Amino acid sequence: MLALFYILAALSVVSALIVVSARNPINSVIALVVCFLSIAGHYILLNAQFLAMVHVIVYTGAIMVLFLFVIMLLNLNTATEPMKSLGMRVAAVTGGGLLFVTLAAAIRHGVTISATNDFDPGVGLVKTVGHVLFTEFLLPFEVSSVLFLSAIVGVVMLAKKETPSPHPLSDGEGLTPAELERRR
Amino acid sequence: MEEGIITAIRIVPLEHYILLSFLLFSIGAAGVVFRRNTIIILMCLELMFNSVNLLLTAFSAHHSDPRAQVFVFFIMLVAAAEVTVGLSILVMMKRNVDSVDVNQLNRLKG
Repeated sequence: MLALFYILAALSVVSALIVVSARNPINSVIALVVCFLSIAGHYILLNAQFLAMVHVIVYTGAIMVLFLFVIMLLNLNTATEPMKSLGMRVAAVTGGGLLFVTLAAAIRHGVTISATNDFDPGVGLVKTVGHVLFTEFLLPFEVSSVLFLSAIVGVVMLAKKETPSPHPLSDGEGLTPAELERRR
Repeated sequence: MEEGIITAIRIVPLEHYILLSFLLFSIGAAGVVFRRNTIIILMCLELMFNSVNLLLTAFSAHHSDPRAQVFVFFIMLVAAAEVTVGLSILVMMKRNVDSVDVNQLNRLKG
């Protein structure tokens, strides 16, 4: 079991590194899909079956396809991206490494949790999570639908092609005030 | 198989999950600074979201508390909404300045 965890962990870390370092955005997307699938494997290892299914459907099925779709649509599948300056790249790697070292040093003495509940392996089943979701968190669940509605409206408004609107001071025929002045 | 999964929660120490999440989060944070392509920066954001989700799920399994998994579900909802808005901003940026380079956005004038 521990070996399975290490294999999945190595897979997710290596694919995450490929996401950051790949020149072609398509390769980054494929590596991120591999990373997400290995994280779904971690969820299954933790017996969080509901989250594993939702993760595969939402992330790998919807979000990554959306990324691929945008890359294809905008014709970005070329490795012509200019790199940042060397100092910036060194600073990025150093900063990320220092962040990890700081966080890891914070737990160097180990983490002892005092579980308030008895050990229950069925905590991640659809039955348990669904029961909590629809009793204790019913209002946030409904409010999140409003969030999605506002996201849909915002996306439609952002991605809409701007039509030239008539100037508020013009006569409605699309003439600017300067042109109106000239015509008079 | 059921027994094997139950023992997996017992066998793998919590520190391993914490370290893995920290590592994934650091890679994502470094990637946001490292790259200039906006779509890769968005993907690094997704990576950081997922490391936090993994940490919450590990704590949930070790505490035997299903509430944290509901939080993970909400984080996934918000991430899905966030990525749609982010990608539409990307499409608009490509249309307006004909580039997805974040350095093009250093003069956000109204």
